[in-house]
Amino acid sequence: MSVDIAELSFEAALQELETVVAQLESGNLTLEASLTLFERGQKLAERCNLQLEQAGLRVEQLTADGEIVQR
Amino acid sequence: MSFLRGVSSESEPWSVSELTGYIRELFAIDFRLQDVEVEGEISNFTQARSGHLYFTLKDANSQLKCVMWRSGAERLRLLPQDGDAVIVHGRISIYEAGGIYQLYADTLQPAGRGDLALAFERLKQQLADEGLFAETHKKPIPQFPRKIGIVTSADAAALRDILNVLARRWPLVEVLIAPTLVQGNDAPPQIVRALQWLDGRDDIDTLIIARGGGSLEDLWAFNDERVVRAVFAAQHPVISGVGHEVDFTITDFVADLRAPTPSAAAELATPDIAEIRPLVTALQNELVVVMTDELAAKRSEVQTLLRHLGHLSPRSRLDSHRQRLDMLHGRFLQTMTRKLEREQNRLALLQAQLAAVGPLATLARGYAIVRDENGRIVRRADQVTGGDELTVQVQDGQFAVTVQQS
Repeated sequence: MSVDIAELSFEAALQELETVVAQLESGNLTLEASLTLFERGQKLAERCNLQLEQAGLRVEQLTADGEIVQR
Repeated sequence: MSFLRGVSSESEPWSVSELTGYIRELFAIDFRLQDVEVEGEISNFTQARSGHLYFTLKDANSQLKCVMWRSGAERLRLLPQDGDAVIVHGRISIYEAGGIYQLYADTLQPAGRGDLALAFERLKQQLADEGLFAETHKKPIPQFPRKIGIVTSADAAALRDILNVLARRWPLVEVLIAPTLVQGNDAPPQIVRALQWLDGRDDIDTLIIARGGGSLEDLWAFNDERVVRAVFAAQHPVISGVGHEVDFTITDFVADLRAPTPSAAAELATPDIAEIRPLVTALQNELVVVMTDELAAKRSEVQTLLRHLGHLSPRSRLDSHRQRLDMLHGRFLQTMTRKLEREQNRLALLQAQLAAVGPLATLARGYAIVRDENGRIVRRADQVTGGDELTVQVQDGQFAVTVQQS
């Protein structure tokens, strides 16, 4: 829960978002815990959407000299 | 020289070497024996430590000794085995030290079926027997790859196809290309090196090994045992996309996932952003719905509790106590008033009785009470002497007298 959302990979953010929704659905939480989870879930969804919208294929290539260059 | 000698000195016996050299040169001048192709079945096949191959070609009636130097042997896609029907090309010459003529082979290929097909089947069978294609060795392909390593030719259409598909389906992914030759004798070791280099990186999570379509010969590098074993040994999952739909290479069998084409390999390596976007949106909506429900549920819980609290509130108990107190107080006052009145009546009655029998009534009838200086009632004459100051009480008051004489 303490991981910085901006550092999360898409997969990690999506997985945690699914977990958050499932936890919220299970009930059994204090209102405060629910609200914290909800806020976290919103941020996770934003993180996912941001990555989906901003993504551009990054291609690198190994040169004959053994260097890695952008293509 | 031998020809000359043969002509000029018939009477002299030949040395063995001379005769053998003569025969060798007879062979050498027959151009047909210098470029001969012969078909037969292999027997007594051995490969010497030096790498040279020795074998005998035979048919039903005859045998032909054959040798193939290491340089030729290294070019073979497939080492022959005893019993193989082969077509061998080379030249006939004499092995003078052994006194035998033999075929110095430069190429060898299976008769009947193409040698490539045979090599393919043999290696495939061998590796299958070793278990390299078993499902238990297949590694799962990550659903959301972060960095894909691609082994392919840098400038081929196959790579462009792959990059187009990746950019369209999952632009979040990063790509690292290790370019290699994909055909020719140098291709297999290059492919192996590229694959191992990518596989050794810990930022890579999926590998694609790809090549566009071509003839069986063009795709041959992907049937090379070194390549196949490198794919098998890779720590990361490998997707193969070699040739067209109909082309199968042994790399395809050993890969964790076989794609029919390079583009298809890119598709199998990635999720489709068009499917993932709605998934995120759905989760986000779900989040809001669940939270809204949760809040509504909590609100109604609070309402219910408030109602319960209302019933249990000390105010209502206080009210009822206060009411009871008021009632008790009223009854108390009523009771006390009645009791007081009763006592007052009784007092009045007693006062009346007292008055009737008391000294005041007697005084009213004309009697007087005489007290000495100390307030004691004087009952007898000997209680006083002359000069005593006495007090006489009559009905309406008192007055002082002095005793003149007792």
